[in-house]
Amino acid sequence: MPNSRIRTNPPDSLIPELNEAAPIPAQENKRVTFGPAAPPDPAEADALSRAQAGDHHAFAQLYSLHKRRIYSLCLRMVGNIAEAEDLTQEAFLQLHRKISTFRGDSAFSTWLHRLAINVVLMQLRKKGLSVISLDEAMEPVPDEGPGRSFGAPDLALSGTIDRLALERAVADLPAGYRLIFILHDVEGYEHNEIASMLECSIGNSKSQLHKARLRLREALRANSRAEAQL
Amino acid sequence: MTDDRSKNGCAEFQARLPELIGSGAVASAHPHIQSCELCSALLADLETIAEAARQLFPIVEPPNDLWSHIELAIKSEDGDHDAGLPHPVHSN
Repeated sequence: MPNSRIRTNPPDSLIPELNEAAPIPAQENKRVTFGPAAPPDPAEADALSRAQAGDHHAFAQLYSLHKRRIYSLCLRMVGNIAEAEDLTQEAFLQLHRKISTFRGDSAFSTWLHRLAINVVLMQLRKKGLSVISLDEAMEPVPDEGPGRSFGAPDLALSGTIDRLALERAVADLPAGYRLIFILHDVEGYEHNEIASMLECSIGNSKSQLHKARLRLREALRANSRAEAQL
Repeated sequence: MTDDRSKNGCAEFQARLPELIGSGAVASAHPHIQSCELCSALLADLETIAEAARQLFPIVEPPNDLWSHIELAIKSEDGDHDAGLPHPVHSN
């Protein structure tokens, strides 16, 4: 059975290039509402064609249209403001370099979103952080093992979750778990897309997401217990 | 003995849970869930977390000066192209 986990420090050439030859699947990003089925924004379409022709002002217009979503995406993925700013800058630089290769096989915003994710992943790998490290995958997670007691029903979550507590718990996740949780549960990517982006198996993506959610559950329950003792 | 059987059932169910949830199947319809309060609570919690995730991390505005940095970097790259220089290596 081949090792399906992400390699540590793969060369950048192993990171899939974003190009029109590898179109994003049609079901991509159920949570990002600007998918291929969305009607094109005339202002964006005009700016796009002018930017592709080298119009700097049009490129600035594209930046204005997409800066919030791309910056927010980077911030979610790395959890650090300074890094998110650097990555947003790099994403738009990459966009500037590659914009002429966009041919409209998918929505522009979907294409840009994927480009930004690739920039973040590339940066994480450059820093020596494997996206799904073996250590993380093998690290025991409290209460996660099959057959273990995972708490009495009265300690289960009540069905409503404190958003800030959950955001803190997500920020505290190991990087690999956080990435998969953000990509799947927050950004809405499917497991097959995540597996392609992270160069892991679909089963691995499902397993890592499950472990991430178990960790979050444990963190939220610990938070609830701490609050109950106050 | 009954407890052992129950633990085995939980172990088997939880081992299959990532695939069950990931495949989009209705995990709550699994026979084990109908009879196991603990696994039912676990599943409910995981579904609550996944649902809550959709409301996380609102869209935020980048700092105002970010565009000026990007613009500068683009001009630098364009200038390098004009001069026939290679792309600068980004330090970030």
